[in-house]
Amino acid sequence: MTFLSVVSCTQIMLLNHIVHNGGLYKRPFNEAFEETPMLVAVLTYVGYGVLTLFGYLRDFMRQWKIEKCQNATEREEQKDFVPLYQDFENFYNRNLYMRIRDSWNRPICSVPGAKVDMMERVSHDYNWTFTYTGRVIKDIINMGSYNYLGFAQKAGTCQQAAAKVLSQYGAGVCSTRQEMGNLDKHEELEKLVARFLGVESAMAYGMGFATNSMNIPALVGKGCLILSDELNHASLVLGARLSGATIRIFKHNNMQSLEKLLKDAIVHGQPRTRRPWKKILILVEGIYSMEGSIVRLPEVIALKKKYKSYLYLDEAHSIGALGPSGRGVVEYFGLSPEDVDVMMGTFTKSFGAAGGYIGGKKELIDYLRTYSHSAVYATSLSPPVVEQIITSMKCIMGEDGTNVGKARVQQLAENTRYFRRRLKEMGFIIYGNEDSPVVPLMLYMPAKIGAFGREMLKRNIGVVVVGFPATPIIESRARFCLSAAHTKEMLDTALKEINEVGDLLQLKYSRHRLVPLLDRPFDETTYEETED
Amino acid sequence: MDIKRVKDYIYWLYYQYLLITCSYVLEPWEQSMFHTITVTVFAMVVYTAYVFVPIHVRLAFEFFSQIFGGQPESTVS
Repeated sequence: MTFLSVVSCTQIMLLNHIVHNGGLYKRPFNEAFEETPMLVAVLTYVGYGVLTLFGYLRDFMRQWKIEKCQNATEREEQKDFVPLYQDFENFYNRNLYMRIRDSWNRPICSVPGAKVDMMERVSHDYNWTFTYTGRVIKDIINMGSYNYLGFAQKAGTCQQAAAKVLSQYGAGVCSTRQEMGNLDKHEELEKLVARFLGVESAMAYGMGFATNSMNIPALVGKGCLILSDELNHASLVLGARLSGATIRIFKHNNMQSLEKLLKDAIVHGQPRTRRPWKKILILVEGIYSMEGSIVRLPEVIALKKKYKSYLYLDEAHSIGALGPSGRGVVEYFGLSPEDVDVMMGTFTKSFGAAGGYIGGKKELIDYLRTYSHSAVYATSLSPPVVEQIITSMKCIMGEDGTNVGKARVQQLAENTRYFRRRLKEMGFIIYGNEDSPVVPLMLYMPAKIGAFGREMLKRNIGVVVVGFPATPIIESRARFCLSAAHTKEMLDTALKEINEVGDLLQLKYSRHRLVPLLDRPFDETTYEETED
Repeated sequence: MDIKRVKDYIYWLYYQYLLITCSYVLEPWEQSMFHTITVTVFAMVVYTAYVFVPIHVRLAFEFFSQIFGGQPESTVS
């Protein structure tokens, strides 16, 4: 990898594609994050205050043995050591999370398609332990699985092909890629993925999280700079920290903040020695799953070219879900895949399988085959899973002779637009871009998190609610993931129930006052205003 | 029929109160403790308002009417 050189003034003048924001986008970019209403924020803090006081009371009672302590504590001999469970995360876990824990880790007992079966469970000691009643709740409308194109099926071409490969190869691989785990199926898959993405070469790994966390350390090291988005996924953060490079964070999807960091990096270089950085790597995601926002890829690529840095794009949620033929966020903006240096994605979401991939130039992928920790130490993908990916990818590309794939991509886009429009009309606060199939609905108050999950389950709809460690403490939300397998009737039923629950819990906070996004022309002086 | 609607509406208001103050997630004995404290504080606020607000309003009204209306009035009386 080459050293970074300082870009001279004349070269900046010649790069004329960074003139105006309007010139970079071929389609309107509608993203909105409505501001939290002041009263709601105050009441949320009041609620958290009450819960904190009761948390202190319960901790006091547990310490003085007035109440039985059911959570993990240190042993008697270790009571004088440095305390393990006194920080805020553990306090939150004991006193707030435990009370509403029944909305998470719900056991399902069928394929997670558009409808799912769930095992019913009750708790007699306020969520410390659960017992199964033995009943199975059938046909719950599944609004929580990342099943964007509906390939989580137990019947159909994908399942038959996977069953055939299972009878040929078995389920286990029993080795790593480097040793004896490199099957011909893996080679076939990698060629197919490279063709799907439009890159020279690709490599597939057994686990999506491990793809990020084990490959970023192989690409960057000490003396390199990583510029990562504020709201990046834990796998990217872990990979960045493991690599040992310097990490700087820019505000979420804020190109002025990113440009400021890039300028500072090039002008000042490394902290003490002032040497130029060996590499600058920008880490962004295609769709951010907690916000539902889409990265401003044309601007990121323009910045990357202007300042000669590298781009790592994590398309975990956007591959298969965006773009007219499902090729991801690069196709959605009409850009060329050669502009992105490292295209990473997962097979878990749109392809109904497991694992991750990295695509890029042939030299990069050949380097990763030898130096990536995941390739050397982790078991490779299981053959039936590989076959599921191959069949679903061919279906999306249209190579199986039908146009089922294209129909699904279009159905997902229609479902997204319809669902978002109806929810906005009802008056909920919805975050994110108009075209993203991830729809976060804001709840804010902690009691409503538990109440929403339970009320929706009573009405036979399964949703995912998200609270503190994954989101800022007052911005808890319910996250809907739309699927091409959802028919319009299912969506209408779900919308009717969401409307009812919204009225019951008073969730319709929207005052239709949207915060205008900073879509100003992209000149040198703009970033001064975002300094704080 | 109307009584039922009124009762449902009052129950719905109670449910909103439980959700906003997060006593929805508390155990029953904690809820009783919280309700007792809230009702006590609210009763004290109402009593204080009832006892003190009319007197203070009357005094304030006299003070301001003295300033604006009664300039020639002597303050030594």
